[in-house]
Amino acid sequence: MNPVVNDFSVRIATPNGTGSQTSNIVIHRALLRMGLAANAKNLFPSNIAGLPTWYQIRVSPGGWQTMAESWQILLPLNQATIGKDLRESAPGTVVIDNSDWKTADSAFEGFVRYPVPFDKLARGIDNAKLRPRLKNLIYVGVVAWLLDIPIKAVREALETVFPGKTEVVDLNESAAMIGHEYASENFTKQDPYTTESADQVGNRILVDGNEAAALGAIWGGVSVVAWYPITPASSLAENLEKHIEKIRDKDSDGANRFVVVQAEDELAAVGMALGAGWAGARSMTSTSGPGISLMAENLGLGYFTEIPTVIYDVQRVGPSTGLPTRTQQSDMLQVAFHSHGDTRFPMLLPANPGEAFSMSCQAYDLAEKYQTPVVFMSDLDLGMNNWICDPLEEPSTDFDRGKIASDEVIARLEKWGRYRDVDGDGIPYRTIPGVTLHPDAAHLTRGSGHDEDANYSESPEVYSRNLDRIARKISGMVVDLPEPILKPGQGDMGLIAFGTTDWAVEEALADMESTPDYLRVRSFPFHQQVGEFLENHESVMVIEQNQQGQMAQLLAMEYPQLAGRIVSKTYYGGLPLSANFVREALQSASEVEAR
Amino acid sequence: MSEEKAPAVNQLGLSKADYKAGASTMCKGCGHDRISEAIIQACYDLGVDGRSVIKMSGIGCSSKTPAYFLGQSMGLNSTHGRMPSFATGAHLANLDMNPIGVSGDGDSASIGMGQFVHMIRRNPKMVYIVENNGVYGLTKGQFSATADRRSPSKRGKFPREESIDLCGLALELGAPFVARSFSGDKKQLVPILKAAFSFDGLAFIDVISPCVTFNNHEGSTKSYTHQKEHGVTYHDPFFIAPKEQIDIEYEDGELQEVTLHDGSKLVLRKLEKDHNPAEISSARSMLMETRDRGEILTGLIHVDTEQPSLAEVSGLSREPLVRQEQGDLRPAAGVLQGINDSFRI
Repeated sequence: MNPVVNDFSVRIATPNGTGSQTSNIVIHRALLRMGLAANAKNLFPSNIAGLPTWYQIRVSPGGWQTMAESWQILLPLNQATIGKDLRESAPGTVVIDNSDWKTADSAFEGFVRYPVPFDKLARGIDNAKLRPRLKNLIYVGVVAWLLDIPIKAVREALETVFPGKTEVVDLNESAAMIGHEYASENFTKQDPYTTESADQVGNRILVDGNEAAALGAIWGGVSVVAWYPITPASSLAENLEKHIEKIRDKDSDGANRFVVVQAEDELAAVGMALGAGWAGARSMTSTSGPGISLMAENLGLGYFTEIPTVIYDVQRVGPSTGLPTRTQQSDMLQVAFHSHGDTRFPMLLPANPGEAFSMSCQAYDLAEKYQTPVVFMSDLDLGMNNWICDPLEEPSTDFDRGKIASDEVIARLEKWGRYRDVDGDGIPYRTIPGVTLHPDAAHLTRGSGHDEDANYSESPEVYSRNLDRIARKISGMVVDLPEPILKPGQGDMGLIAFGTTDWAVEEALADMESTPDYLRVRSFPFHQQVGEFLENHESVMVIEQNQQGQMAQLLAMEYPQLAGRIVSKTYYGGLPLSANFVREALQSASEVEAR
Repeated sequence: MSEEKAPAVNQLGLSKADYKAGASTMCKGCGHDRISEAIIQACYDLGVDGRSVIKMSGIGCSSKTPAYFLGQSMGLNSTHGRMPSFATGAHLANLDMNPIGVSGDGDSASIGMGQFVHMIRRNPKMVYIVENNGVYGLTKGQFSATADRRSPSKRGKFPREESIDLCGLALELGAPFVARSFSGDKKQLVPILKAAFSFDGLAFIDVISPCVTFNNHEGSTKSYTHQKEHGVTYHDPFFIAPKEQIDIEYEDGELQEVTLHDGSKLVLRKLEKDHNPAEISSARSMLMETRDRGEILTGLIHVDTEQPSLAEVSGLSREPLVRQEQGDLRPAAGVLQGINDSFRI
């Protein structure tokens, strides 16, 4: 039997809240310690304890960070799902099961089985109090034996998980060793899967998108943060608070140059962010679908009164409560034209933690320069899963606070008014209360109709002129928004994707003989290159993670004359998109062409 | 040739006209205009620089009034019921500014009840005025949540639901400054407003402010007549600015003094009954007793100068966040390197 080295997926099924997550992370980390660019996806339920959870670790020669649709090694360690887990596994799958459960042998037909008496072995753990949690480490040892993962790598992984806690590391390691010893004494290797140390990682780092975005916000100079807990966005604000306390310089009295408020709901969270933005501070709020819906009215005010702030939408499966712990890109249309009335919100579309950092940082400049709420569109897969990526890069530009109506500016301008288009670019000069002290500066910001001087107006001409100027201002943002990235291929076909869909696309394209030209869109409103891409291709497939093909619809709306060229392919089951989906989608398109 | 008399000016050299703003579009006789006048008077007397004030409001008749006072101040007329959150954000962004929040009973007691409640819990420094008339004016006379069950509409219908007493609720929530006044009682409202301005925390003032168009008829419990007949107060308030020397001669036990955060004092001259607003139990029982008698208690109901403000509990720099520069906000070169290292595998 030829060994299969560094090319497999391990699927671990456990009940949520039993401490298995630590064991799963240890296996992932141990593989990383071997220099393997292992990827892990946490498929967790919306539940604190009891419901089934799956953790899927993938090692591949290409170091791909997507989840494979199938797995070669299964640990069905949840009695509630063992039947389903086995049924979903392909023949020949390696199965490490709990033999104390007395599952009928027939259930394992066609699999390579390593039955382990986990319950009996757990009695060998001396520490009775910690036994239920340490028990999970036994399977770490069995997996280490199976895949030839060095014990040293397991220990190093434990040291990363429990930094500075030698005693805890020792306890966990000895529990893992129970499994390792049992396996080496009782099993003969009957499957081909194994690992070898490699140099797939190099200088790269492991981080999730929420933490990277939180750090980007700190580098972007955020100082007022208001948020309300919601999966999968909570860890963005929590990480922000954790880091900013440590790395934002205190003032001379040792006091904070930031404030984080946990609001009573998303209406208040966005209200605080907008209030702070109006007052002149860099502000943000982070949320997910249900929260973004609640923010609609206030965001409309922000758009119409031209208040800078940054909104982070870590998208999850909707509509309604949907699947709160699963991923989707399904808020695109809603956010693009959020709130009642005619609006258009700039959206940033990061695909990886590096972009989560840089776009998050840049969002504050964009918001202030263009005096508008800017929406950072992430998703659960990017936000909550760890990704191997390049180190985060120090921003290369200084803060751009945009046009501020300082006393000098007002004195210089012939006629200043809060909403006057002095420079012909649709961007007015904004005031900062308490800083702008010029007698002409005072005005009342209002969400009702207003003229160039911020006075109440119901005049049809004034209203239309103002709305048109704002629309022009937003369209003009493209010069500063992240450009799309073109990856040329062969043939007439084009492919458009955005956000985390990119990972699956990149992997699918890597082993295709004839690839389409691929354009990854990174912001809305669209750059000119997006329209050109549609013009230059007879057929453009748009792959995205929602049911209605929301990006395809946005493109059709923006380029109606080219809408007929768009072929929409969508996945909306809530799991991270697989390369196989992309392969099959492209395959189906080429079959249509061939006919 | 007669000599023109120069207008009176305050310590900033500003006349009262400097504290006015655009012409009001409220109905003639609206209580809200009296409140705007009281705000103008209080700020003029205190010598407030209008440019250090931000006027925050929601939606409704009351929320329009920031256009009619303190023309030198900036303001934000936000969304319905959400003034507290906008004001909280603006306050945190710049601790040098003094927010005046103006809201109504629809804005605060219905659609914005959640924000009202949580703002009190948070205790930011600001003056929060509810111009309370028991009715939705802009939408033509529907009952609000502060409309009393026994108070009929103009057409003789009665509210089906129990009314909410915002002062009672504020006390329950632990508000550190709770007052009620009447738009027709400038003598009481102005010193209370001054005390509110001098208070480092949330100063809540429920001002009964009759709606002359929809809720000033006979039988209404929010009418001028009803308030004059049933309003009751236990103190006459006098405001004394810091360092100001005013001798008030009264017999012992008649005066209670509240020293505010900036050193100013609110002196309360006792009227008929003992009520110590520093004691929460006294505040509660006074409010309950008067309510049971069908009276409307006005005056400073409760004050607690010990409660820490939001800025304090947040450990927030006194230097306004809006004045922080890139050098203060962006971590120094090298910090990111350390973070990247911590993410190494």
